[in-house]
Amino acid sequence: MEITTQEFKHCDLITIKGRVDSATAPQLAQALESANENGKYKLVVDIQALEYMSSAGFRALLATQRNCKKYNRGEIVLANVPDRIREALELAGFTELFKTFDDTLAAVGHF
Amino acid sequence: MQSVQFSAKFEFLDEIREFVGEIARAGGFGDKDVYNIQLASDEAASNIIEHAYEGVSDGLLEISCGMRGDAITIILVDHGESFDPSEIPLPDLKADLSDRKIGGLGIFLMRKLMDEVHYETRPNKNNILTMIKRKR
Repeated sequence: MEITTQEFKHCDLITIKGRVDSATAPQLAQALESANENGKYKLVVDIQALEYMSSAGFRALLATQRNCKKYNRGEIVLANVPDRIREALELAGFTELFKTFDDTLAAVGHF
Repeated sequence: MQSVQFSAKFEFLDEIREFVGEIARAGGFGDKDVYNIQLASDEAASNIIEHAYEGVSDGLLEISCGMRGDAITIILVDHGESFDPSEIPLPDLKADLSDRKIGGLGIFLMRKLMDEVHYETRPNKNNILTMIKRKR
């Protein structure tokens, strides 16, 4: 798994590539937490190049979504969700907790 | 049935997904089903590593996998603490963000993605989790 962060005026764009499972989810959680620690609560998570995500990744997203939405200071939105991952997120009832966008610019422009 | 013994560590999840994925693909499952079979197997193995072998560093996880007719069977055997997935409450998928429980999601996905999930505990810490998925 590879994570890159790009700062925009109104949000941060976090791009995740590869696979998120119980082995790599702590690394994702840490990247999301460190964004929050830097006062960034408006986050676009682009997962176009993510091949796989287990519930360990869902949990990392959920924990950060909670923190971001506190005091209405922001939220995580997801961009370019691959079909397989979208299906699993839907099964888990997560699509109601995260806005999703079909392209990165629209997601960034949301903030 | 092919069997492989893995060290019960998260770093082997990649290999576990590859192992069941290859058998599913060779057995004629499509990409979507292969992904879901891999996801269910990952969730099952992750639960065993995290809960059955909590605090245990040298646990072993034996995974057997094979096709029987038009169905794939995956059997995970561990020798850790027994826990019956069916006793774990299902997550409330309608709960608000603040009430959403973090746990139970893996087991929920296993049940949703596979046609059958059985759990059996035999004496001397022999836990057997069997999952079956049929081709549509």
